Amino acid sequence: MATIPAPVTELLEAALVAELTVVDPSGRPVTYPLIPLWDGERVYMTSSTLFSRKLEHIAHDPHVSVSVTDPVSVGGREDRVTIQGDARVIDDDPHGGWERLLPIWSAKEPAIVSFLKARVALPLFFERALIEITPRRVMYWPSGDASVAPQVVDLGKEAA
Amino acid sequence: MRSTPAIDARAGLAKLASYPFHIATWVDEAGYPISVAVEASVDPETLTATFDPPAGLSVPTDREVSLTGSHIRPQPGYGYDERRHVTVWGRVTSGLRPDSMSRVLTLAARSAWGWDESETPFFEYSERSVPRSRRYFDALSAERGTPVKPRLSFGFLALRSTRLPFLTATIVPVVLGIAIAASHGTFDLWAAALTVIGASFVQLGLNVANDVFDSVQGADDANVTPTQFSGGSRVIQYGLVSLRQMATLATLFYVLAGVIGLILLATRGSTALLVIGVVGFIVSLGYTAPPLKFVYRGLGEIAVAVGFGPLMLLGAYVVQTRGALAWEPFVASIPIALLVALILYVNEIPDRRGDAHAGKRTLPVRFSPRTIVTGYNVAAASAYAAVVVGVVLGILPVPTLLMLLTIPLARQVSAGLMPNYDNPYGLMAFMGVNVRLHLLAGVLLLVAYVIVIGAMAIAPGVDLFIG
Repeated sequence: MATIPAPVTELLEAALVAELTVVDPSGRPVTYPLIPLWDGERVYMTSSTLFSRKLEHIAHDPHVSVSVTDPVSVGGREDRVTIQGDARVIDDDPHGGWERLLPIWSAKEPAIVSFLKARVALPLFFERALIEITPRRVMYWPSGDASVAPQVVDLGKEAA
Repeated sequence: MRSTPAIDARAGLAKLASYPFHIATWVDEAGYPISVAVEASVDPETLTATFDPPAGLSVPTDREVSLTGSHIRPQPGYGYDERRHVTVWGRVTSGLRPDSMSRVLTLAARSAWGWDESETPFFEYSERSVPRSRRYFDALSAERGTPVKPRLSFGFLALRSTRLPFLTATIVPVVLGIAIAASHGTFDLWAAALTVIGASFVQLGLNVANDVFDSVQGADDANVTPTQFSGGSRVIQYGLVSLRQMATLATLFYVLAGVIGLILLATRGSTALLVIGVVGFIVSLGYTAPPLKFVYRGLGEIAVAVGFGPLMLLGAYVVQTRGALAWEPFVASIPIALLVALILYVNEIPDRRGDAHAGKRTLPVRFSPRTIVTGYNVAAASAYAAVVVGVVLGILPVPTLLMLLTIPLARQVSAGLMPNYDNPYGLMAFMGVNVRLHLLAGVLLLVAYVIVIGAMAIAPGVDLFIG
C-alpha cells in the first residue's frame, strides 16, 4: 500500500495554516484556512461551533481536500501539496473531546494554551468539533510550480 | 444575522488582487475538491480573473471554480496574526492569449465571501456567529434526543453570569460608609459584615436581572461588539444558562438581600434605613425592569449614581449609627456616585448601536461623541470639585484630598474616548482604566478615613478638618 511521501508529512507538520476545502450542498467547493494537525496517520483540523457551517457541509458530503500552498506558513518552503481525503466530524464531546489534539495544536500556536485557560472570556470558541481526514490521494509539487504536473500518489481506500 | 457579510463579486476580486498568489479550487470527477496554487491576473472592472492552466490537471468548465487568497503573519512563540482570506466563485472558460496564443483560463466572478480581521475584529466575528453555534447545538440535541449544551466550569460560570468582579462598585461605597461611621465613633463588626454581604446581593441581583431584562427586550442580542466591561454577561445568548435559570438566580439574590435587610432592620433598624432600603430596591430592580426601565430612558447613570453612591454609602452609615444621619457621608458619596456613573457612561459607548436597536435610549445613543466626551470631563471634574469644596467647607477631612491623585487616570480615560469612540476593542483598555479610577478613588478616600481614625487614636487633639 502506498504511503504519504516524507516531504508531504513534513509540510503538514510545519504548516501554520492549510486550506480545508469542503463541498457545499450545491456541489461548490468552499475553502477555509485552518491549522493542520498531523498525527502520523491522519490529518486533523478543529472547528469551533461558532464557525460550524463547514461541519454541516462535511456531514452532507465527506469528500474534502487539504492543501498547503503558502510559503510564509511553512517557513519559506516552496513545495506545495493537495491531499484529497474523506472527512469525519467527531463531536461527541464539543467541550473537551478536541483537547487530545492540543499538544500538536499548541506546538504551532502556543498562545492557544493561555487562551484556553481564559476560556471564560470566549466560551463558545472552545466548544469545538474535530475533523478527521483520512488521506486518499496526494498531489505534490516539489517546486511549487503549477506549470509542472504534480507527483500523484494514490493511497487507495485503506487508511493511509 | 450572517457571521461574515457576503461580499459582492467585484469587491471580492478587488481583495483577491492584493494576494501574491491564488488557490484555484474545483470538485473533480470523483467528487473530491482539488486545489492548485496559481498566479491570477485579477480585473475587478471586467469581473474576471485569468490564469494559466495548471499542468496535468483539467479545470472543469461545467461547474463552479473558486479562487482563494489567504494570508497570515507568523509570530514565533505566539502563533500568527493578520488573518484574512477571500474566495471568489465563478465559471471558467478556456481561451488563447492574444499575444502568445498560449492557453489561458478566465474565471467570470459571480459571488464572493471572506474575512479580514482588520475589518471585522475576531471578537465581533465570533459574536456575529453565536446564532450558528446555537443552531449547531440544537441540531446535536435533536440528533441525540437529549439536550447538548455548551459548558463552563461552575467557577467560571458563576464568575461570568453574576459579573462578580464588578462588586467593587458596591464594596467601595459600603466600606467607605462604615469607615466614616467608625471615624464618628460607632462601629459594629457583625453589622458591617452583614451590610457588605447584603449590599453585594443587591448588586448581584441587579447584574443578573439586568441580563434577564436586556435579553427579553433584545438589547443584548442586538449587540455584536460586547467587551469584558459591556454588553452583559451573555450567558443567556451563549446558551450556557437559560433565561429561566437567570431569572431564578436574580430572584434568589434579591431574596437573600431582603432577608439580610430585614435582619439589619430588626437589629439596628431606623426609619432612615427603611427608606434607603426600599428606595434602593426600587432603583436596583427598576434599572432595566419594566415599567421603570431607567437605563432605557437615559436615566441609567442617575440610577447608578444614586444607588451606588448615596444609597449604598448612607445605608452602610446608618446601619452603624442606628439611623443618625450626617452631611459628611453624603458629601463623601458624591465623588463615588459620579465616578461609578462614569463607568456605566463609558461602557455604554460601544453598546450604543445595539442599545439603539433595542430602543434603549442611553446617553451615548442620544448625544454626539463630542457631547459625550465633554460630559465625561464635566462629571469627572465635578467629582474632584466635590471633594475640594467638601474639605474647604470643613465637611470632609483634609486627607480626602488624596483622591486628587487619581486625576491622571481620569485624564487618561478622557483622552482615550474620542480616538476609540468607534473601536470597542481599543476602548476596552480605557474602560479598564475607568473602572480602576473608581476603585482607586474609593481606596484613597478609605485611606483618608483610616488616617482620621488613626489620628483620633494617637493624637486626639489633632483636627484634620478645616475650620
